[in-house]
Amino acid sequence: MNLQEMIRPTVRNMPPSGIRKYFDLLNEMKDAISLGVGEPDFVTPWAIREAGIYSLERGHTHYSSNPGFIELRRQISRYVARKYNVEYDPKTEIIVTVGASEAIDIALRALAGPGDEVIIPEPSFVAYKGCTAFTGATPVIIELKEEDEFRLRPEQLEKALTERTKVVILPFPNNPTGAVMRADDQRKIVDVLKDRDVIIISDEIYAELTYSGKHVSFASYPEIRDKTILINGFSKAFAMTGWRIGYACGHPVLIEAMNKIHQYAIMCSPTTAQYAASEALSSCEDEVQAMVREYNRRRRVMVRGFREAGLSCFEPMGAFYVFPSIKSTGMTSDEFCEKLLMEEKVLTVPGTAFGACGEGYIRATYANSYENITEALRRIRRFVSRHRK
Amino acid sequence: MIIKTYKGVFIVSSKMEEILEILEKNARAGVEEIALMLDMSVEEVEAAIKKLEEDKVIVGYNTLINWDNSSKETVTALIELRVTPQRGQGFDKIAERIYRYPQVKACYLMSGSFDLTVIIEGKNMKEVALFVAEKLAPLEGVISTSTHFVLKKYKDDGVIFEENGKDDREALRL
Repeated sequence: MNLQEMIRPTVRNMPPSGIRKYFDLLNEMKDAISLGVGEPDFVTPWAIREAGIYSLERGHTHYSSNPGFIELRRQISRYVARKYNVEYDPKTEIIVTVGASEAIDIALRALAGPGDEVIIPEPSFVAYKGCTAFTGATPVIIELKEEDEFRLRPEQLEKALTERTKVVILPFPNNPTGAVMRADDQRKIVDVLKDRDVIIISDEIYAELTYSGKHVSFASYPEIRDKTILINGFSKAFAMTGWRIGYACGHPVLIEAMNKIHQYAIMCSPTTAQYAASEALSSCEDEVQAMVREYNRRRRVMVRGFREAGLSCFEPMGAFYVFPSIKSTGMTSDEFCEKLLMEEKVLTVPGTAFGACGEGYIRATYANSYENITEALRRIRRFVSRHRK
Repeated sequence: MIIKTYKGVFIVSSKMEEILEILEKNARAGVEEIALMLDMSVEEVEAAIKKLEEDKVIVGYNTLINWDNSSKETVTALIELRVTPQRGQGFDKIAERIYRYPQVKACYLMSGSFDLTVIIEGKNMKEVALFVAEKLAPLEGVISTSTHFVLKKYKDDGVIFEENGKDDREALRL
């Protein structure tokens, strides 16, 4: 039996991640600085860790209900109402998931299948396209442009919508570009979508990491509230990536459908993480804000650093990434990243890892210490001046 | 949003607080660096720091040292003092007579079962004990002293001394 033949074609034909080779190169290096990490450098605040430990000490090691402890869902409901001005019933409209990633997966599986189209703006997080492909649906890519500050234009969306469009993914604040949608941009997108029979998956995992005023959730527009699945989680804002805990909010029909898949695939999110998340929502606002202020400072240092190195760099207003253009070097993204790693031991991610339209860009994260950032920028400056055409 | 001024330079109070937040963690942060981090001009940062110094908000730029890791022998003791407040002066006068000694690293007026906490540093236990016996205990107004030696410092001024600062994240994550 040929085992390969046994793998579903959609899985078999999924190309392996283009960044795998960087792992191999990196493993042989000593003092490399990684700006390639998509997670906070901060450790989870102690109060949260302590709550997790305490729950274990008390022997709270059992399942929760499928959508998560009701008390945690109540807290999420209050948090989302307070932060983003949209109300969800904790009993029927919220599900606690294994990171926002699981929420994306089960939302897509609940909605899309063969014959359906899923609109995905790119560059963006790799899982949208992968998860869509696994459902058998067809990803329809919208290429976001630097001249639009990587925001989604209503006419782009209008053009991509067809009779077969089932889902529109809105990934803002965006990984990898750091783009955010301003209220007037959002208004136009809402107008395009409000009378269409499509479901919106708004992945707002970076909502708290917004540096130009308050984050506005797509779900807060009443016209599209019932057709929007709002996805968020604890990984980025509370520095809880390894805990794997996130959530989705939406109309009871949508959440119930997601919960069906969730109960068979996952059962429930890890309960230790649920107890910890509960503590995060009740006591860590100040620490989150301190982390956000720190990211914001590093963000300014990073943008300035790339510009001083001679690379044009759009100013990101969300997440913890910069997405500078490397076109002026004449290299492809992949060449740039590989050479930068080999010659200067600085790891960045080629923009193409986030979609073909990421060509000409690299992603660098500022979720790193100020010392590392400064040193990495120094090396990048040296690298670019050596390779400038 | 309160605006503070220094010689015609206007600075938002939230920026002042962020400057303090940066300097509290790193007294060596330079004005150019701070200006870049906070999207301010160098002149504004200079004016803000001047203002904070003049207002005695910033009172010094110390280095936090873990003497245990140095070759110098030091011991630290925390002394609880019960004292009689003086008419018209309260505790301030007696506190001053104590905190003027260079051996006294810190001196706090306390609520509760005693009045003053005095932190003393010395070369060894004997030196500290003698200081308490000869200088503090005999002071007029001091009713009693209770000396507690510090055996190990885990954390000082917000810094954990044995923290392993290693970045153990996977180097590449989308």
